[in-house]
Amino acid sequence: MADYKLMKGNEAIAEAAIRCGCDAYFGYPITPQSEVLETLMARMPWEETGMVVLQAESEVAAINMVYGGAGCGKKVMTSSSSPGISLKQEGITYIAGAELPCLIVNVVRGGPGLGTIQPAQSDYFQAVKGGGHGDYKLIVLAPASVQEMYDFVDLGFELAFKYRNPAMILSDGVIGQMMEKVQLGPYKPRMTDEEIIAKYGSWATTGKTPDRPRNIITSLDLEASRQEQFNLKLQKKYREIEEKEVRFEKIACDDAEYLFVAYGSSSRICQKAVDLAREKGIKVGLLRPITLFPYPTKAIQEMIGQLKGILTVEMSAGQMVEDVRLAVEGKVKVEHYGRMGGMIPSPNDVVAALEEKIIKG
Amino acid sequence: MDLKDIIKEENLVYSKTKLLTDNIMHYCPGCTHGVVHKVVAEVIDEMNIQEKSIGVAPVGCAVLAYNYIDIDWHEAAHGRAPAVATAISRLYPNKYVFTYQGDGDLASIGTAEIMHACNRGENIVVIFINNGIYGMTGGQMAPTSLLDMPTSTTPYGRKVELNGYPLKITELIAQLPGTCYVTRQAGHTPAAVRKLKKAIRKAFENVGQKKGTSFIEVVSTCNSGWKLSPVKANEWMVEHMFPYYPLGDLKDE
Ligand SMILES: Cc1ncc(C[n+]2csc(CCOP(=O)(O)OP(=O)(O)O)c2C)c(N)n1
Ligand code: SF4
Repeated sequence: MADYKLMKGNEAIAEAAIRCGCDAYFGYPITPQSEVLETLMARMPWEETGMVVLQAESEVAAINMVYGGAGCGKKVMTSSSSPGISLKQEGITYIAGAELPCLIVNVVRGGPGLGTIQPAQSDYFQAVKGGGHGDYKLIVLAPASVQEMYDFVDLGFELAFKYRNPAMILSDGVIGQMMEKVQLGPYKPRMTDEEIIAKYGSWATTGKTPDRPRNIITSLDLEASRQEQFNLKLQKKYREIEEKEVRFEKIACDDAEYLFVAYGSSSRICQKAVDLAREKGIKVGLLRPITLFPYPTKAIQEMIGQLKGILTVEMSAGQMVEDVRLAVEGKVKVEHYGRMGGMIPSPNDVVAALEEKIIKG
Repeated sequence: MDLKDIIKEENLVYSKTKLLTDNIMHYCPGCTHGVVHKVVAEVIDEMNIQEKSIGVAPVGCAVLAYNYIDIDWHEAAHGRAPAVATAISRLYPNKYVFTYQGDGDLASIGTAEIMHACNRGENIVVIFINNGIYGMTGGQMAPTSLLDMPTSTTPYGRKVELNGYPLKITELIAQLPGTCYVTRQAGHTPAAVRKLKKAIRKAFENVGQKKGTSFIEVVSTCNSGWKLSPVKANEWMVEHMFPYYPLGDLKDE
């Protein structure tokens, strides 16, 4: 029989980490995601699976612990919310530069600065366009339910290891805090040291043995031409990810003349807005990007012929809308509707915005 | 003629440890980094723990330490080596994890990380090179720069009103219950190097015995940053650095 449980989004992250064989979690408290660390501490996974859980002294330390653990070829993760993720950017660019896999969860709150503890989606640029210095990309997954918070931990690790690249779950305070039924997966065993050496011994710092040269985890290369070659290699990897790993969901799109594009909790609101608009006779569908990098650019382009207009709905001043505009290249009208600072749009607001900005305008 | 023809096996009293690679070190001639590298490599070799040692390199002149000692290495961001080492040591409790950090790295940008790793008693060795200056970036003031010491950012000498006091970070660290062994050594004479080696060996042995954090400050020279010849730099260190940073054990439990 399937194992179901009612849980918060943040708790689902913690439970999934334990069950998918995560080796270590390093974090620092910040609302609205502290339940991840709290749940892990209460569950004592070190007794059950041997997973290391540590409350670091800061987000800076936490992400550098992730960097160290990831260098050992281990499954290591952290979670935080917006101001904490800003602090983690230093470590994230080092991890991307050293091409290490790891999982970072951002349960976004309103900013800028200390902002509010209420939900927002205003860290989109930071998540998908870089965030730290240098040319790098994260693999970014955007869950829209507590079930997906659970499922994307395993998926995030899988993609991170496949491409030796940091992955991020970009969630927000709504999904982190709401409770839903979750189907729990079976326990995956943690990899043994021998398995890690067999699988990642080629690069992980597991202790130098006579049969191989020393392994060095670094992002430093003082020689400009080699550094350029390395950057070209990174860019090639990102193009491959764009080709193979795009994920999205389409709802009521077959006959749609208008389209909402929204991710995460905004997509939940848009789902209701689709129903309300269709009651009024407006043929609107919803495209929900699940991966924000790689972005479902082609999926949007394929719909251009049938559309009279697109409304992106995000809890921000309009960040993802830029990627939609890039995708449609001016062939269809694209507008943005959103609330900021922790305010959440209602489905009626979204329908009104569609009528105002797209249908009438 | 080969070296082996001159020095017979039975006459050999000293040779380069095999753990030091043949790479040409980028350090300035006379720099203490080279001495400390040699000592660390010898200790790891003599303890036969090459397969169990993982070093965490800093940002600073020793950023390329991984080119010289033949073990697995992890390069950390400026000041963050203790956090990186924390994770490695927690995930591999039976390995010998150590950080190698300068004073800009450890006592400035990375103060929080070193304090908390030591306070948690992470089972690691910390090797702290205190040359009182930022070598790599061209001789700027470090937290450990002495009063009146000229640096490129204190061209008229370090002044309390402008820059505060030189930081005795090792004294602070000795207060922390997580540390088991805190010592201040140097490497300017053969006798000092022997003592330094003993200290580093003890620190690595402490890791084997899971005693907590061992912290070794090495009062060092940066002849380039100090703008002195290697010989003069050693003299300056003895005359000015040692009175403020006295050598010896601060804690041995
Ligand atoms: C975040 C960050 N800030 C500044 C620097 C520039 N930087 C490189 S080395 C260094 C000083 C290192 O001095 P120290 O730790 O004393 O080592 P030394 O070079 O003297 O051996 C600085 C400021 C950097 N690399 N990263
Ligand atoms: S700049 Fe100073 S610390 Fe750096 S290698 Fe030269 S002497 Fe050594």
